[in-house]
Amino acid sequence: MHPIIKLVSQRLALGFLLLFGASALIFGLTEALPGDAAQAVLGQAATPEALANLREEMGLNRPALTRYFEWLGGIVQGDLGQSLTNKLDIAESIGSRLGNTLFLAFWAAVVSVPLAIFLGLLAVRYRNRWPDKLISAVTLTTISIPEFLIGYVLVYFVAVKLGLFSPLAMINDSMSFWQKLNSIALPVIVLTLVVLAHMMRMTRAAILNVMQSAYVETAELKGLSNFQVIYRHAFPNAVAPIVNVVMLNLAYLVVGVVVVEVVFVYPGMGQYLVDHVTKRDVPVVLACGVIFAAIYIGLNMIADIVAILANPRLRHPK
Amino acid sequence: MTEALLKVRDLKIGATVYPPGEKPHDIEIVHGVSFDLAPGKVLGLIGESGAGKSTIGLASMAYGRGGVEITGGEVWVNGRDILKTSHGDIRKLRGGEVTYVSQSAAASFNPAKKIMDQVVEAAVEQKKFSRKEAEGRARELFAKLGLPDPDNIGERYPHQVSGGQLQRCMTALALCPEPDLVVFDEPTTALDVTTQIDVLMAIKEAIADTGVAALYITHDLAVVAQVSDDIMVLRMGNTVEYGNTDQIINNPQEEYTQALVSVRSIEHEEKKPTPDPVLSVDGITARYKGLNFDVLHNVNVELHPGQTLAVVGESGSGKSTLARVITGLLPPRDGEITFSGRKLSGDLKGRTREDLRELQMIYQMADVAMNPRQTVGTIIGRPLEFYFNMRGAEKRKRIIELLDEIELGEKFMDRYPAELSGGQKQRVCIARSLAAKPKMIICDEVTSALDPLVADGILKLLLDLQKIEDVAYLFITHDLATVRAISDSIAVMYQGRVVRYGPKSQVLSPPFDDYTDLLLSSVPEMHLGWLEEVVAHRKMESAGN
Repeated sequence: MHPIIKLVSQRLALGFLLLFGASALIFGLTEALPGDAAQAVLGQAATPEALANLREEMGLNRPALTRYFEWLGGIVQGDLGQSLTNKLDIAESIGSRLGNTLFLAFWAAVVSVPLAIFLGLLAVRYRNRWPDKLISAVTLTTISIPEFLIGYVLVYFVAVKLGLFSPLAMINDSMSFWQKLNSIALPVIVLTLVVLAHMMRMTRAAILNVMQSAYVETAELKGLSNFQVIYRHAFPNAVAPIVNVVMLNLAYLVVGVVVVEVVFVYPGMGQYLVDHVTKRDVPVVLACGVIFAAIYIGLNMIADIVAILANPRLRHPK
Repeated sequence: MTEALLKVRDLKIGATVYPPGEKPHDIEIVHGVSFDLAPGKVLGLIGESGAGKSTIGLASMAYGRGGVEITGGEVWVNGRDILKTSHGDIRKLRGGEVTYVSQSAAASFNPAKKIMDQVVEAAVEQKKFSRKEAEGRARELFAKLGLPDPDNIGERYPHQVSGGQLQRCMTALALCPEPDLVVFDEPTTALDVTTQIDVLMAIKEAIADTGVAALYITHDLAVVAQVSDDIMVLRMGNTVEYGNTDQIINNPQEEYTQALVSVRSIEHEEKKPTPDPVLSVDGITARYKGLNFDVLHNVNVELHPGQTLAVVGESGSGKSTLARVITGLLPPRDGEITFSGRKLSGDLKGRTREDLRELQMIYQMADVAMNPRQTVGTIIGRPLEFYFNMRGAEKRKRIIELLDEIELGEKFMDRYPAELSGGQKQRVCIARSLAAKPKMIICDEVTSALDPLVADGILKLLLDLQKIEDVAYLFITHDLATVRAISDSIAVMYQGRVVRYGPKSQVLSPPFDDYTDLLLSSVPEMHLGWLEEVVAHRKMESAGN
């Protein structure tokens, strides 16, 4: 078998194993929380009888393991189950919200990834001169400020004072594509500012590392311009570490947007998850958790595979 | 004389150094060097490490490696001073008029790109040829340089060809843009001798065919004598002697040049074998974990007390593996080792402290074989404590004795490895192994990383110490000159087998087997025309077969 197929299939198998482990962990943690869905629905003043009845009805009095494997059996068949508190089908409720979250993450990625790599290349080209220092200073500043603060500051100055974009990122199906884009402009900017520094710094470090090598000296002695040396000879060998950090940040864009969604009242996965954690609605939390885990594992696996493919020794064995 | 292609006048080069614990400061590493190179001629720059020869070579492309900067003088290429010309003009110079061949082609080729893309890049970028013309030219050069399958080898990636082939590809890369001058920086140093001779001949013919001028940088005078018209001998950034090749080799004026020419002339009379060998290796077969083939096949050798057995072979011949088996780092699959009359356990764990003490080892890289945070006294004192339980004044006295034996003396006791030169570091390693009072020392390429004159000093020291301490050496090397200088018996290894074994006089006298013949005839000799003689001789032989 070609070594790449073998490596990729190993990674895939490992990914599924990890996903299984993540689901068990999430289930265990929600079990460990004090209180349950029945308690949350009925509130502090509930009588023990009412609680017992509701638990019976919700199926909460059965052993944890049984409930876990029932749920797992459903997942394998593509059934995410029903919400305990509002009896709605989870897959249906998540569907549109996941779409919204991915829409936001996608546009944030489209803006931030090329920008980060370009700034990283620029920083290498003007290493230790003012453009490098300016880029580092600005990106490190934006990563250091909490994203909700950046969010509110942008809402106040850009949306309220300048009236440029909508302060609320509400979107629905009746909006046109451009209206949607206009609506998510501010959260996209906030997310970009948050993830930029990490990717930019990694690009810069990975390329600088490669710049020390003898083949870069060879390229310089061919009379190539600095930019040609960087993008033709240094960049292809720095792809693996850069892709790794890009994927980590993409995963953050999907999974870590909770705060930003709340600030801009964006109808995505983050708000949905936060709501149902307070209600102890385990099936919903589990479903969201597993989807987030799958996205995280999937993106990191892609990073791994790209890193493997970027290695010519594996692509072209002797 | 025609107008010089390269004219260097009073070239001064400096660098900023960052010594630990001191403020960074500027030093000068080349102190005013001048020379001329006419079109189509070859100038050899020769010297030991730190002589500034590579730095001068790169200065002809207005390039400073790392923090190196050209601080003064003039470098004229094709009638203009390139130290004063524009940035754009320097880019036209590099890769267009002057090209560079580095010591390690393996590191100098971009691993992520095909060989062809890299070979034609400069020619296309400098608009000397179209991509198609350049590729045609590259294929011609591949053929001229004797590369296999010249039409398709460019489609491979660097890791898919051998080291010797890659070095030839690098030469093609340098010649492809039709430069006026090529800087060859130790192009054959990293190669095995039998490969070196082919690459050397390929380079020499390519230079003759294309009429390009060359700066040929090396530490090996015998090599440079084969390819250059003139030679400049450099030492610590100064010109020692500058003249034509014939004069430098046959009639050197300066003492330093004379020493370089007469290097490798240690005479050592062979000792007769004794009835009781200190080490006998019987039928050793070994392989590494995870490999499904043997790296050593049925190796049988003996070493007699107070004598030297040289194990010689090229990279991959199994000579270092043999050392690992003897030291117990790699348990053999078959065979046994007898050491000073007792059978040694194949595994390191099964060996006694006495076994460990009597069998010491010295390594190629002296600087990584010592703890940089310990003083020389601590390093040499450690085996004294460990094996003999020596303390205080007694230990100190013995350390000083050992330091005297390695010709360094008491004042070195409190120095750290970083304060020593390469040769001094190796001497400290020798003292450390002698401190254990061993019966035998395995010397693994101990002189390979050293400059020729320093290496000579180490070999002389080892021979002197052998007389005093009556210690036996198992001397692993790829260098036949070293073998001649130090051994009493020789084992020639090839692909994991001992192909020739016996007393020195017998191994080095005809009739030879094919491999030993090839190996012996590949060692560069210090006389003009040696390369042509060998190549002509080989052509005749292969025609005869």
